Amino acid sequence: MMEQNEAQPLDGNAAAGVLSEVFWRDMTLATGRCAGCGREGPFAEARLYGGLMGYVMRCPGCDGVLMRVAKTPHGFWLEMQGLRSLTFATAPGSI
Amino acid sequence: MIDDPAQDAAPRRLIWRRAELLGIKDETPRVRTLTLAVPDWPGHLSGQHVDVRLTAEDGYQAQRSYSIGSPPEAREIELTVETISDGEVSPYLTGELRPGDIFELRGPIGGYFVWSNSLVGPLVLIAGGSGIVPLMAMLRHRAIAGHSCGALLVYSSRSWDDVIYRAELERLAAEDPSVRLIHTLTRAQPAGWQGYRRRIDKTMLAEIGIPELAAPHVFICGPTPLVETAAQALVELGIDAGRIKTERFGPSGGS
Repeated sequence: MMEQNEAQPLDGNAAAGVLSEVFWRDMTLATGRCAGCGREGPFAEARLYGGLMGYVMRCPGCDGVLMRVAKTPHGFWLEMQGLRSLTFATAPGSI
Repeated sequence: MIDDPAQDAAPRRLIWRRAELLGIKDETPRVRTLTLAVPDWPGHLSGQHVDVRLTAEDGYQAQRSYSIGSPPEAREIELTVETISDGEVSPYLTGELRPGDIFELRGPIGGYFVWSNSLVGPLVLIAGGSGIVPLMAMLRHRAIAGHSCGALLVYSSRSWDDVIYRAELERLAAEDPSVRLIHTLTRAQPAGWQGYRRRIDKTMLAEIGIPELAAPHVFICGPTPLVETAAQALVELGIDAGRIKTERFGPSGGS
């Protein structure tokens, strides 16, 4: 993984460190369903825009916004209107 | 269901650790490998990455993710870093750091894009540019731990001199007949080059014979266009989408 530029998004893999500060788990093992198009897929494959101060994650199917995360001096702000559901595996191998 | 080598899906708090640079090695004109000592490193799986955090004297912080190139069996962590000339982090890592210097990292991160030799079935790796790094950790792990199924690497680089880990890849393929190595050079080719000279596409992946492989585990890592082209092509060629794992790198690579 490496530094990104505006034109080329990274993906949910690169956000996993910061998201672990919020969710306290490995979000690359989560499955998300897009509220816009209904596509379900690994959260690791969501397109990631932005940087350390804030991320936007978009659906690889319809490009709709799944999640916005901002890190502030006081904590985190999350907006997840575009994410209908998140599924977490309870055991390795079940996603 | 496909077995997943993620050993620990339970909540685990990532902590920042102090990494000491032990050595630095040129891979290509723009890419260097940093060898690090990280006390109390909890171990990693091949394919995982770390977050690196740099803090300036005024408190400003910059943070980036880098894949681990070393296999789980190695005592030291290796990060292979491409220098992005206007980047905030990579010019420091590849140009300013000296052996003995300390910086912060946390990891290992990511249980999705990982492979271990406990997975049965051929391993198919598709890389663009420095997207080779996590895939190299898989090949190194496979070479050390042993694996009965074949491995195929399709690697897109700009030129022969931009091929990261070139000598080691040639050696791995020469020593193990079950490792197949296919380069494509997209911008410049050495005199007499017989191999591919274009971006990875569906025709290429079909010619290489990937659709004939039974139940492969596919890992694709590179710039977004390469990742999306290759993943979509493989699905169109009949590979089960659930067997294809992707990781996007920016901003350069075999384009």
